[in-house]
Amino acid sequence: MSITTPLFQHHKHCDDLFADAESACGNGDWEAGGRLFALLRDQLEAHFSSEEELLFPAFEAATGMTSGPTEVMRGEHRQMRDLLGQMSSGLADRDGDTFSGAAETLLILMQQHNMKEENILYPMCDNALGASDIGATLSERLKAS
Amino acid sequence: MHPNLSFDQAPPISVPYRFFLAAPWFGVLAGLLLAWSGGDVLVSRWTPEVLALTHLVGAGFMLQAMSGALFQFIPVAVGGNVWRPRLVANVVHPLLVVAALLLVAGLLFSSPAYLTAAVPLFLLGTGGLVAAVAVALWRTPATGMTLWSMRMAIGGLAVTVLLGSLLAEALARGLDLPVIDLTNVHLAWALGGWALMLLAGVSYHVVPMFQLTRPYPLWFTRSFGPLLLLLLCAWSSRLLFDDDRWVTAIALPLLLVFSAYAIMTLWLQYTRRRKVDDATSLYFRVSMVSMLGFALAGAVVRLHPEFGDDPRSIVWLGVLVFDGVFVSAITGMMYKITPFLNWLHLQRLGAPISAVPNMKKMIPADDMTGQLRLHVLALLLLLVAVWQPSLARLAGFAFATSCAWLAWNLIGAARRYRMFTNQIRAVVLHP
Repeated sequence: MSITTPLFQHHKHCDDLFADAESACGNGDWEAGGRLFALLRDQLEAHFSSEEELLFPAFEAATGMTSGPTEVMRGEHRQMRDLLGQMSSGLADRDGDTFSGAAETLLILMQQHNMKEENILYPMCDNALGASDIGATLSERLKAS
Repeated sequence: MHPNLSFDQAPPISVPYRFFLAAPWFGVLAGLLLAWSGGDVLVSRWTPEVLALTHLVGAGFMLQAMSGALFQFIPVAVGGNVWRPRLVANVVHPLLVVAALLLVAGLLFSSPAYLTAAVPLFLLGTGGLVAAVAVALWRTPATGMTLWSMRMAIGGLAVTVLLGSLLAEALARGLDLPVIDLTNVHLAWALGGWALMLLAGVSYHVVPMFQLTRPYPLWFTRSFGPLLLLLLCAWSSRLLFDDDRWVTAIALPLLLVFSAYAIMTLWLQYTRRRKVDDATSLYFRVSMVSMLGFALAGAVVRLHPEFGDDPRSIVWLGVLVFDGVFVSAITGMMYKITPFLNWLHLQRLGAPISAVPNMKKMIPADDMTGQLRLHVLALLLLLVAVWQPSLARLAGFAFATSCAWLAWNLIGAARRYRMFTNQIRAVVLHP
């Protein structure tokens, strides 16, 4: 198992939560949708912060690339947090259009982001950090979330 | 920085949009041409009107939309940098528009002058596009089957245009060439080597992304493109030895490969995690069902000459594959790509993201599903009109209207992009 395997698997977990939350809210079940959305937001936050506080600094220290791919990923995390905020507002107001519009945008952004991480950044991290034990820490952190 | 990790290389929004906005008008022209001509023209694939209709859709609608998608897709999906995309688009786009119109006029009026005028424009336009795109596709450090499919598709486009140019010259100058065999090879490369190859490569990327399906299995993506390419080369050998059994022996596996892609895509959609249906997912389903229908009916026509002997059966297959498969899939993709491009470019203007309208504000969902319904109705009418000529004018009007509605929806998205840009700039300048 590579260092970034837990993050890779966690993407799929977040995809499932996204689909469930979107489906519940789309069907007008705001109660269940709210619970599922809270779970999604927590899990995405855990994912983002694991990368920003552990993986990215380790990668930057190992490669010296501080303004490269990790900076782009941090920027996209900010965009996704903002879209989650819009979904949250839509949910609070029971505003289906706002919720589903922000969800649709988040989905495409999130999928593009995941592909870039999985195809490019994670393999780069695995190469740069192969000897470290950061993978176990990432795994524990995501499990605890 | 790795090019795949930034959207900065994505072309200016005007680059894909000029192609997307032009594409539907070729469909409008095709519908009006049929409405004007009436049903008798659908009796054979060789009538001037059917040749013109085929190229309005293939060299007009499809080539425009697919060229625009290439400019957008290559940097974002496979990390390639198209050299000066705005300049290339400035040259290629008008060339392709004029070339397609001249070609259609040449076929419709059986005019050697228009045909010979279209050829150099097509060679220049697609030559420029292929060269710019091929350099980007071969220099990218990315790997994977989306990339390889796109490389093969570009090769397929080059073969299609070269054969098409040869055919146009043969018609214009009365050259002694095996025109029917050449046309069949030209058509196979257009539909299989270019259109389906590109659609498949793009699908590997966008079907899982838009609908949260599982990825296409590796064994499938690794074998689909090479197998399709191999069969197209074998199909082309009919130019050398015209044995009917050999042609059937290649046609059936070719149709099987078409249906394998359709079945795999439908299966992935059926087992998808995201249960929300929208115009894009429905359009994709229409496209894949049409592809299955095309493959099945194509096999019947090939195996039972009593069906194949009626020339209308080939026209019917043409309607199914050009309109049912490719116009559907392309429209569905444009309905997802256009709103996302609007959002992507708007959020780069510097305003807080909360000030950027979300994707659903770009094209009203009801307009997209309404247009989809009309498109399906037009498709059904066209399929019936091949056998019931009295319906042809109605089918033509329906198709023209559905394409005009598509154009209206896309123009609306471009208009909203401009409006939101002005609003956001006002916020950024006067917070």
